[in-house]
Amino acid sequence: MIESLDLLFSASLWAAVLRIATPLIFGVLGALLCERAGVLNLGIEGIMTMGAMIGWLSVFLGADLWTGLLVAAAAGALIGLLHALLTVPLGLSQHVSGLGITLFAAALAYYLYRLIVTVGESPPTIEPFRPLDIPILSDVPFLGPVLFAQTAPTYLALISVAIIAYVLARTPLGLAIRMTGENPHTVESQGLDPTLIRIGCVMAGSALMALGGAFLTTAAFNSFFPEMVQGRGWICIALVVFSSWRPGKALLGALLFAFLDAYQLRLQAVVEGVPYQLFLMAPYLLSIVALILVARRARVPEALMTPYRRGER
Amino acid sequence: MRFERRARVPWSLAVAAPFAAIAAALALSAVLILAAGVNPLLAYVEMLRGALGSRLAVTEMLTRAVPLVLTGLAVAVAFRARLWNIGGEGQFYLGALAVAWVGHDLISGLPPAAGIAVLTFVGMMAGALLLSGPAYLRLRFGVDEVVTTLLMNFVVILFVGLMIEGPLRDPLAFGWPQSVPVDGAYHLPDLIPNTRLHIGLLIALAAAGIVWLIVARTVFGTEARAAGFNARAAEFAGVSLPRTIIGVALLSGGLAGLAGGIEVMGVTRGVTTTMSPGFGYAGIVVAMLAALHPAGVVAAAVFVATIFVGADAMSRATGVPSFIADVIVALALLTMLVALLFSSYRIRR
Repeated sequence: MIESLDLLFSASLWAAVLRIATPLIFGVLGALLCERAGVLNLGIEGIMTMGAMIGWLSVFLGADLWTGLLVAAAAGALIGLLHALLTVPLGLSQHVSGLGITLFAAALAYYLYRLIVTVGESPPTIEPFRPLDIPILSDVPFLGPVLFAQTAPTYLALISVAIIAYVLARTPLGLAIRMTGENPHTVESQGLDPTLIRIGCVMAGSALMALGGAFLTTAAFNSFFPEMVQGRGWICIALVVFSSWRPGKALLGALLFAFLDAYQLRLQAVVEGVPYQLFLMAPYLLSIVALILVARRARVPEALMTPYRRGER
Repeated sequence: MRFERRARVPWSLAVAAPFAAIAAALALSAVLILAAGVNPLLAYVEMLRGALGSRLAVTEMLTRAVPLVLTGLAVAVAFRARLWNIGGEGQFYLGALAVAWVGHDLISGLPPAAGIAVLTFVGMMAGALLLSGPAYLRLRFGVDEVVTTLLMNFVVILFVGLMIEGPLRDPLAFGWPQSVPVDGAYHLPDLIPNTRLHIGLLIALAAAGIVWLIVARTVFGTEARAAGFNARAAEFAGVSLPRTIIGVALLSGGLAGLAGGIEVMGVTRGVTTTMSPGFGYAGIVVAMLAALHPAGVVAAAVFVATIFVGADAMSRATGVPSFIADVIVALALLTMLVALLFSSYRIRR
């Protein structure tokens, strides 16, 4: 019991929280951006898988790590474009299209990986992002290793939260995006094109999702293997609801979830006699509980999942 | 020139849509097969040979189609009522686990036919109960069932892992994590001797027939359809939304659970955490290719099974990664969505 509480004060736990949260932060931001514009993107799980694969593959084939992330984002945006074309101009079911995108993107990622990489006994590896170890600051006790010795993409994720929050809340573009998700007809009456705004948001959001996947293979681990996204995309979809579609709260949700995940991993080592699967289940079950708690109060974007057709009410 | 919504999709177009979708998916996938340095036509011929080229191949393909018919029906029933059950995979596993648990030694001594009937029911109940949770959460708290059913898939697979490494572990499996097997008396009899094809095929076909009757000929089926089409209008017309949604959930979850139960009784005997190559998720493709029609589900399941079984053989013969099967199937889902849209519009000058 004391041991399980002691864990809470270890810097390594909190450093792990930020590391585990990073792909979730990217993913939840991406999903949030799509949904704020009115498009549910269930392609997230597959887009993260594709981001993880293609980011890793680029580096494996000789690109540097940042180029790898860029390629992943571009691939994400491209798959996002496919989802956007199907759901926005064609107005197809966002649920079914999203699930189709997930199945397609994941299958394509596995196919290309098998095609290009020869896998022997264990999957080949790359040299991943190293912790930055910011001088002086990283030597501060506790806070140093937690906040100032993360890998670069983690800081990129945190910066992205600030950028998305600012753009959505404080800029004309953000206003247009939010209105597209609430009432696209008013956007039209301002002389803007809701269709283009939606397509743009889904592409940008999908690029963020792919970055989340790429973090897994270029920073958290150093290789790609099937099923490695493990439902993180679905967790992000839950986190968007949990956050009431606000970037700041989304960050909080991602950190909370990551804390649970990091804590259960360490508890496994301390608490004996409890099957490890029960610990692994906890984060998924708690996500469902969180949804139950917030569902009634959630302010869903008014036009979410409603296709927009010009001149139709 | 402009598009105009058809009042009624003609029968011929409705049948042509999935074929057009499949042709488009195969054409798109051909690019990927070319990238592997293999002639796509040759690859597709190898696929057909692998799935339909011999009596054994056909029985293997049909064996694979059995769970797909049932998970496809599960999705079709749910999607018709706009209940987004994406938890077929979890329901499949829970059905399988429940059947292995009850069928191992809890009901020893029953006549085989009675035992199989009981286990069929047990599998259905497990899946039905699992989906009734998310359905209740949606009705009571407004929690989106897409997320809850998806998350439950991961919970259930972990639960299966826990059970087959713990209380339901098979001591005779040499340390391989596998559940205790179903009592030999309750294995589904072979449909064709010396093949793996079992009478689960007949059960799946019967299920398709029953589901067809339910959706097309009963008040419940009509109410479910109405609830999916326009929930508010349906309620106004006197349809009880909670009753309908729970009913649909029990039916849909039951079908997916039955898929798992039958797979255990007919093929695997015990449960492992890798026994489903994504039957639950493939059920979504099957249902969409069938345009959510129960009869179409059978045909679509045969198509998907042909791709999966054929791709394995093709992969061995040509070296093209067998993941091409998943690509083709996923693409078929996306192209089918577009085909359905086009078939419901016509061009006016």
